[in-house]
Amino acid sequence: MTIAPDVPAGIRPTTDAALAAPKGKPKNLGQIIRWLLLFAGGILMIMPIVYMISTSLKWPHEVYNVNLIPEEPTIENYTYVLEDGRFYWWFVNSLIIAVITTICNLLFDSLVGYTLCKFRFPGRQLVFIAILSTLMIPTEMLVIPWYLMSQSFGWLDTYWGIMFPGLMTAFGTFLMKQFFESVPDDFIEAARIDGLNELEIWWKVAMPLVKPALAALAIFVFLGNWTAFLWPLIVTNSVDMYTIPVGLSGFGDEVDVAWELIMTGAAISTIPTLIVFLIFQRFIIRGVVMAGLKG
Amino acid sequence: MANLALRNLTKAFGNTEVLHGINLEVADGEFIVFVGPSGCGKSTTLRMIAGLEEVTSGEVIIGDKAVNNLEPKERDIAMVFQNYAIYPHMSVKKNIAFGLRSSKLSKEEKEARILEVAGILDMVPLLDRKPNALSGGQRQRVAIGRAMVRDPAVFLFDEPLSNLDAQLRTQMRLEIKKLHQRVGNTIVFVTHDQVEAMTMADRIVIMKDGHIQQIGTPAEVYHQPANAFVAQFIGAPSMNMLPGTLNGKGLKLGAGSSLKTKWKSDSALDVMVGVRPDDLTVGKGDPIVSGKVTVREPLGPETLIYVDTPSGEVIAKASGRTPPELGEKVVLSADPANLHVFDAKTGMAVQ
Ligand SMILES: Nc1ncnc2c1ncn2[C@@H]1O[C@H](COP(=O)(O)OP(=O)(O)OP(=O)(O)O)[C@@H](O)[C@H]1O
Ligand SMILES: [Mg+2]
Repeated sequence: MTIAPDVPAGIRPTTDAALAAPKGKPKNLGQIIRWLLLFAGGILMIMPIVYMISTSLKWPHEVYNVNLIPEEPTIENYTYVLEDGRFYWWFVNSLIIAVITTICNLLFDSLVGYTLCKFRFPGRQLVFIAILSTLMIPTEMLVIPWYLMSQSFGWLDTYWGIMFPGLMTAFGTFLMKQFFESVPDDFIEAARIDGLNELEIWWKVAMPLVKPALAALAIFVFLGNWTAFLWPLIVTNSVDMYTIPVGLSGFGDEVDVAWELIMTGAAISTIPTLIVFLIFQRFIIRGVVMAGLKG
Repeated sequence: MANLALRNLTKAFGNTEVLHGINLEVADGEFIVFVGPSGCGKSTTLRMIAGLEEVTSGEVIIGDKAVNNLEPKERDIAMVFQNYAIYPHMSVKKNIAFGLRSSKLSKEEKEARILEVAGILDMVPLLDRKPNALSGGQRQRVAIGRAMVRDPAVFLFDEPLSNLDAQLRTQMRLEIKKLHQRVGNTIVFVTHDQVEAMTMADRIVIMKDGHIQQIGTPAEVYHQPANAFVAQFIGAPSMNMLPGTLNGKGLKLGAGSSLKTKWKSDSALDVMVGVRPDDLTVGKGDPIVSGKVTVREPLGPETLIYVDTPSGEVIAKASGRTPPELGEKVVLSADPANLHVFDAKTGMAVQ
């Protein structure tokens, strides 16, 4: 990960220390161990990605061969996947769902987070705790009520059905509330005196001040929805409604899983996440650090 | 015509009343400074005038109308905050323009008004900058500019200078005062710095524990403090307080010396006798107390001496060139006319 040049000075020390370390000789055993651990961690994280790309360049007969470099590299898989109409639709579905869900989260989470943070009203604490407590329920438990709900409303196999559980998240609300705590009340009061109504204050004054948090939230939500598997698998029936992860898992025929095609699709599907990450990364570095400071 | 009036204003947070009946009439164009120790309710009063805090009871009147139930934006006020509160994501120009959002001026008139204000504040070359490219003093000027564009009936300042370093503070103090002379709007200014209060105010309101202690011009509160609190709060170093008694003959100081003064009391009355360090000298005048010099603080033109006396530690001003030696026994004297006498029980000035 490269560090954008305008990373605020405050977070430099940690990253600098990490980056500067390899320059000299290891000073002591502790440092050597730390490097080894980092190295091992790095390998662990990068290997699946390397294998994904490697496999996507192999012919089917070579897939179960663990060599990293394909004997006869081919881009045949890519042309196949891209020319296969299904993948195109899954990609579009995933994109529509991830983008809409992300936008909705940015709006709703911050609106609720802002309200919980900056307004005093009876029951405020209760609402907050209620929202937080939903974080403790695993998705696996929620899919059943979601499914029953979708079924009775006729949302099965629709975009809305795939999206509705994630349009607002407790995590996002919590994150935004914490970030709005760092917006001094003076800004809000100054805006009130300047004649803005409460909605305008939220939109024109408070939101621009928490851009790092919004960027971080955008990445979290986008990635989460882009890679979501369980719920889309359950709620969709027709191949046309599949998202990429659901669609890819079914690549191949009844007998054989076509790993080389799945890996090709997966490799292609990382491109939008890379783009999203590149756009927002300078914010997310700041955002995560700030979230860390807020505790 | 009163431009701003507070009538029996009280404020309670939950069950705790923090302001207990504030009464104040402010004339059009007056520069009023609220001063008092931390937590005395200055900000709360200001915020009630602004409409940021609800009034528990009493009335806030701006112009000629009670504004208790009006939104801040409808009150014809503008406020400058301690930490500036200028929006970091907007240029200086946009920040200033923000103050004009609810105005009915045409676009050209607004533009002209912004330039005019920027001109007054010497900010024209900075209009396109973002706040993070400005110094503390410049940021505060932007905040003042945003308040000024509206030409409000009342300007409210809540400790606007306390984040600035000492030198800048002195400079901004002067600038705000000049600005006031130029634009002439009513100003209510909160500070806990009595020097700021003395130098800027037409009238000072001294508060303590949610009560107004005294309202008066800087000269009045300095020379005729209404009570011992005001006497000690205003002026630096603070006024010396010596125990004494007042009887039919005159004033008797704890240390023994008897003084002929204008004060008399038929029955003996325990009092505190206040005397400012400036009015206490080594030499001329009636002797008040005596003792050994324990500390000297040379200030240049004069030297502050701390004298250990039977009535406690007393601060006096001595010559800057030939101050008394440490450990030297000195007799401190004062002109009886410069003494202040306060009832020891109530703290109120004895007339
Ligand atoms: N929102 C609030 N809830 C409860 N009590 C409050 C609130 N705001 C202020 N107070 C109390 O009201 C009193 C007056 O506070 P205020 O902020 O007006 O003091 P101040 O004179 O401005 O002090 P400072 O010089 O420290 O700014 C204090 O005792 C404070 O604790
Ligand atoms: Mg205050």
